[in-house]
Amino acid sequence: MMIFITLLCGILFGVGLALSQMTNPAVVLGFLDILGNWNPSLIFVMGSAIVVGVISYAIKNGLQAPWLAKNWSVPTHSHIDAKLVIGSTLFGIGWGLSGYCPGPGLTALVNNPQEGFYFIGAVIVGSGIFYIQNKRLSKA
Amino acid sequence: MTDILYPILGGLCIGLSASIYLLATGKIMGVSGLLSQALFSPPSMNTKWLPLLFLIGTIIGGASYGVLTHQTVPFPDPRSPLLLIASGLLVGYGTRLGSGCTSGHGVCGISRGSIRSLVATAIFMLTAILTVMITK
Repeated sequence: MMIFITLLCGILFGVGLALSQMTNPAVVLGFLDILGNWNPSLIFVMGSAIVVGVISYAIKNGLQAPWLAKNWSVPTHSHIDAKLVIGSTLFGIGWGLSGYCPGPGLTALVNNPQEGFYFIGAVIVGSGIFYIQNKRLSKA
Repeated sequence: MTDILYPILGGLCIGLSASIYLLATGKIMGVSGLLSQALFSPPSMNTKWLPLLFLIGTIIGGASYGVLTHQTVPFPDPRSPLLLIASGLLVGYGTRLGSGCTSGHGVCGISRGSIRSLVATAIFMLTAILTVMITK
């Protein structure tokens, strides 16, 4: 059941990106280009996704445990630290350079492979650098 | 009308995906986190193979682009590998340092009223907008 639900959620997420054209970096860059020929579509994408999300959290609050797991694993800390600020800054710069964030970048492996392989390859290296650095820090 | 119909339909699918994922598994659906788990977690069902399966699903679903709807904006002409690599390195490292990307912070985090995610989303939106202003 867990396998089926996970695959279904992944496909639904990818279909959502495709329907909203977030799979196309030209649309995303059109949204980020607020002084140019602005394309507001990402507001509607995030807006409707958040409306559904808010409902799901209301449902969650009435449940003791998730349907297929023993416990909730939702982060509870609210501390805003330098890692959050610097990480989000770097991510925003990278996103603005190409118009790809991780989800649409993955779909580009099929939809726009001459770009997708360079982008996702570098995302893997970038997360790998963090992983190694983090491992060393936690050992020290 | 179709200008906003498809973005809204797409957003509903994304929201539904995040909601089912949360209510079924108890976890936050964040693509950067799932990618990192699929790559670096020890090989067990929950920590590695399920995240990988989700990502494969995303690629399959994304391949419906241009099938389910007509494409209204053409893809950009292929850009330089250097730009794509620089972008990917920043996205890969930045999302791990900042614990999330557009899905985890932008959709799931804001939905549950997380101040951390709201701040992260405001920052990456702003720096992405500034980057487009400078590079265009």
